[in-house]
Amino acid sequence: MRRKTVSRFAGLLATLGVAAASLMSGAPAFAQPVAGEGEPPMIGAPYNWGMNLQPAAGPIKDAIHDFNSLVLWLMIIITAFVGILLAWVAFRFRASANPVPSRTSHHTLLEIAWTVVPVLILLVIAIPSFRLMYYEDRAPDATLTVNVTGRQWYWHYAYPDQGNFGFDSYPVQEADLKPGQLRNLDVDEPMVIPVGQDIRIITTGEDVIHSFFVPSLGVQKYTIPGRTLETWLRADRPGTYYGQCNQICGQNHWLMPIVVKAVPQAEFESWTASARQRFAAEGPVSPAPVPTKVADAAAATLAR
Amino acid sequence: MATASDTQHGHDHHGHHDHHTPGFVARWFFSTNHKDIGILYLIFSVAAALVGIGLSLLMRIELQSPGMQIFADGQAWNVAVTAHGVVMVFFVIMPALIGGFGNYFVPIMIGAPDMAFPRLNNISFWLLVPALILAVGSLFVGGAGTGWTLYPPLSNSTYQSGMGVDMALFALHLAGASSILGAANFITTIFNMRAPGMTLHKMPLFAWGMLVTAFLLLLSVPVLGGAITMLITDRNFGTAFFDPAGGGDPVLFQHLFWFFGHPEVYIMILPGFGIISHVLSTFSRKPIFGYLGMAYAMVAIGVVGFVVWAHHMFTSGISVDTRAYFMAATMVIAVPTGIKIFSWIATMWGGSLTFKTPMLFAIGFVFLFTVGGVSGVKLANASVDVILHNTYYVVAHFHYVLSLGAVFSIFAGFYYWIGKMSGKQYPEFWGQVHFWTTFVGVNLTFFPMHFLGAQGMPRRYPDYPDAFTGWNMVASVGSYISVASFLVFLYVCWRTFTGKEVAAANPWGEGATTLEWQVSSPPPFHTFDELPRIR
Repeated sequence: MRRKTVSRFAGLLATLGVAAASLMSGAPAFAQPVAGEGEPPMIGAPYNWGMNLQPAAGPIKDAIHDFNSLVLWLMIIITAFVGILLAWVAFRFRASANPVPSRTSHHTLLEIAWTVVPVLILLVIAIPSFRLMYYEDRAPDATLTVNVTGRQWYWHYAYPDQGNFGFDSYPVQEADLKPGQLRNLDVDEPMVIPVGQDIRIITTGEDVIHSFFVPSLGVQKYTIPGRTLETWLRADRPGTYYGQCNQICGQNHWLMPIVVKAVPQAEFESWTASARQRFAAEGPVSPAPVPTKVADAAAATLAR
Repeated sequence: MATASDTQHGHDHHGHHDHHTPGFVARWFFSTNHKDIGILYLIFSVAAALVGIGLSLLMRIELQSPGMQIFADGQAWNVAVTAHGVVMVFFVIMPALIGGFGNYFVPIMIGAPDMAFPRLNNISFWLLVPALILAVGSLFVGGAGTGWTLYPPLSNSTYQSGMGVDMALFALHLAGASSILGAANFITTIFNMRAPGMTLHKMPLFAWGMLVTAFLLLLSVPVLGGAITMLITDRNFGTAFFDPAGGGDPVLFQHLFWFFGHPEVYIMILPGFGIISHVLSTFSRKPIFGYLGMAYAMVAIGVVGFVVWAHHMFTSGISVDTRAYFMAATMVIAVPTGIKIFSWIATMWGGSLTFKTPMLFAIGFVFLFTVGGVSGVKLANASVDVILHNTYYVVAHFHYVLSLGAVFSIFAGFYYWIGKMSGKQYPEFWGQVHFWTTFVGVNLTFFPMHFLGAQGMPRRYPDYPDAFTGWNMVASVGSYISVASFLVFLYVCWRTFTGKEVAAANPWGEGATTLEWQVSSPPPFHTFDELPRIR
């Protein structure tokens, strides 16, 4: 009986929360337009003077946007409430306007109210948040696995299901930038994934801890030596999604960017076919202590 | 300090002395007097602040525009980042709030003649001096390019060879020992040396804040000590506590560090909560609203603060159910914090408010701590933390609660009590100039960091993609204003100590009710001739 009431109560709150979230997402104050069907490939990168999250490229990030809007608006409302209240109190009860202070120091109803109302607000936040967190955790039916290894200071991506090839992904140095490439963000060999597929990401560490972080796909996981961690991502729009190592890892922490390129399935298959050839010389997936780079990176980019 | 009332006090306690105020060396180097040790802590904190602020100025100059500007390489940058964090946390905020104001005012407020263990108090302070020397010295032997979190394997000897990390670890050990001894001293003092009639439920909120802080220190710092001891043996003696190649686990260190690290952030803010309560009550000429709720909110924050540590590790691979627990527990902390915010506003409500400098800092604190609090609620959600973890959003959040929260409370306490401590009153005009320049500077510095973080700019980067240029430039300009405001603060100090404006025993009027306002400014060397009796 009691359980039923509780769950009904929670359900009501969840409904409220979701309704609020969908309302908020209808008013994306600073959101950038996202590329849809037939438009040029999307770019998932920061933009100058950007104030809100990077554009969403997949379902996880879409859900994060909804939830973020809910929390952001609650934050703005609470902060504005406190700020206005403070300003009003400072004005109304200044010594010249109110020379004789009251001696009130208790008000039971008020004290109960400012204990209970925050609890309710937290429930409104927590319920969609739990749902989203479990959704982000892992993909039950991923079609493809990519093993990600962070190394000082580049990334190694391996595709065990596509012929067990792997390759290193180095940042493009400033002097080597080609027109249109982003400084500190572009790499020689991006990680390539098919659009619209759930991709399982397995992260492992080798030297120190790094963090695989791609904001526009809503994914971040440490790569920890001695541990194997799992997460997932999916890009619903073709495009290029940038990220950076997000855990201090030494000298060149700031220069180990991540590029995830989402392409249609057919293009992905031809890429894997050529990649199997090109990276065969690098040997098996198992990480070599001192990886050697064989493929001429500039010549072997996807642009064919 | 030799005032008229001074000469009437104290002779009974020190019959073997003719002069109860010792000479310069005995007084300042061998001091066992809580007030003198408090002053030493405050001077120490200002000196360390010069180092910490200098480092942040260098960092903001580097980040003002993209590309490497003034730092030689990433390692030099990482060393600066680490030193800034360690110095600010262990050598600026903690000494000012706990060692400084805590030492000076807790015994007076509870009507005790001194701290329970005066000699322990002395060693607590003097342990900090070599600790700071080690921490700053490590900068000159390669430094620790690990971030203040010191995560292995990066902090292992393989990746950080040289003495820098070892010196930083020993600095933390010494500072930790100092904190533990100080905590034992505060707990004993507050439990055993309250004046007759000063029950726990009549005790001023600053003493409450210090009591909770002392418990947090006593229970959390030993865990840090254990973790960094293991790190030292990993580095130097071939153990493998945190090395997977030897069966160890890097994530273990993260658990141990944050079991200390999360209570640590409350250690830095709880004394500030107490100060803000006193200042708001004084300048509203009203008793604090909901006193018991305020006291037990701090106790609740302290208790819950111990069981939320892994919210710093949402992307470290802890299981999803564990994340769910830590997320829920973390959000719970918003409730007692909300009680405090609203009780502070209710304290002002109906009051008769005067806006002296301490009050300005206190009101600023309430608003800015709210901003830092709500961004903390957002970060508590593991669901959205996945894109905010380790970004500038986190930097913005913790600077809002520390650089704006804890530091504003330190300044509020400084202006509130400097007349009491020195006998000289600060210049009100320059105090207000200091407040406004600080307020503008720190907000301009840290608010844009929310935008950078939302856009995904990672922490601890000396160079960044060009898209982050705009807000970084704004933040750097803000930091220059903040540094200028600190110079205004130093000018205020100089004007205060060389000025002629004498502080009355109680310059704030009827709103100031705690015991320190019943004694002269400065209080006599031995504060109470006989123990006060609290009705």
